[in-house]
Amino acid sequence: MGNLLEHMGIEKDRLHFSWISSAEATKFVDVVTKVSEAVNALGPNHKLVKNAG
Amino acid sequence: MNTYTEKIRELASNLLREGKVDLVIGFKEGTVPMATAPGIARTPEEAEGFVWDVNCSLNLTNYLTNKKEKIGIIAKGCDSRSIVNHIIENKISRDQLHIIGVPCTGMVDKNKIRGLFEDEITEFKEEGDAILVKTAAKELTIEKQDYLRGNCQTCMHRNPVIHDDLVAEPVVEQELEDPFKDVKAIEAMDADEKWNHFENLLSGCIRCYACRNACPLCYCPTCFVDESNPQWVGKGQDPTDIRTFHFLRAYHCAGRCTDCGACEDACPMDIKVRDFTRKLVKDSFEIYGWEAGLTLDQRPPLDTFKPEDPDEFIK
Repeated sequence: MGNLLEHMGIEKDRLHFSWISSAEATKFVDVVTKVSEAVNALGPNHKLVKNAG
Repeated sequence: MNTYTEKIRELASNLLREGKVDLVIGFKEGTVPMATAPGIARTPEEAEGFVWDVNCSLNLTNYLTNKKEKIGIIAKGCDSRSIVNHIIENKISRDQLHIIGVPCTGMVDKNKIRGLFEDEITEFKEEGDAILVKTAAKELTIEKQDYLRGNCQTCMHRNPVIHDDLVAEPVVEQELEDPFKDVKAIEAMDADEKWNHFENLLSGCIRCYACRNACPLCYCPTCFVDESNPQWVGKGQDPTDIRTFHFLRAYHCAGRCTDCGACEDACPMDIKVRDFTRKLVKDSFEIYGWEAGLTLDQRPPLDTFKPEDPDEFIK
């Protein structure tokens, strides 16, 4: 699914997949930090956004 | 009359006469030149109405879903793969079917041919590999090979993979330098170019769902686009909704699409919707070595789990 999204122009770094157990708090923090950094680097998304009204 | 048509009529009427099947699904003459319509024969006489030409591009597997009768069906290479899909997805059983296989050398791209003329086509006649096309204003003889549909140009399974009869000797399979050239061209674009490519591609979409209706894989009792509670996707012409529909429709075909081209053929707006599904065909092949509908003995990669499945995308 990630591949097809990327194929139609959604930047790869906007979608992340991860498997984190409830006991892996540090991994969770780690992943969230990395995801935020990757998405921040891309800036705001304007694709696949539906404007209300 | 070509030999394929003769043979199809003969096989179909024999099946019906001998009571081996309750009905045969095939193609009948359309109401305008360069068109055929799916048709059902329940008597040997009705089977005499079957035809075969380069316009039999729809996928008849679409009419097999959940049927209870014994059915004879005409199938090209790609259609036979869709039948395999139907069998492994329990939409019909193998012993209900008598498959009349048609070794296929490709169907023509009607829109491309229509594009050669300014007025309406009044006559369309196949003569071997050449096709004679007439309108009121002019007359052209074209080579079938130059006007094949996109999916027929890259087809690697022209002969039916399962069949009970064949209407002719198997044809030679194409040898392609790179079957995924079209997909790679899109992959080479940057994100915005890709986005714009699909934006332009879908700009003509009228949400008629002809692509979905023509697709043999789309057999859900209620399609996600028709669902209203919850409403997964808006029903209007908003570009985001159009994109969501096409993206998800394509994704539902992942690992199942045989690239039969029925979706593009049915599109009244000439949208190349295969630009979505082709990526999935390529990924299935590259990630799992999988080509849909080639075997009854193996489950498709997306409904099985293997420890060696690639998982680099999970961080």
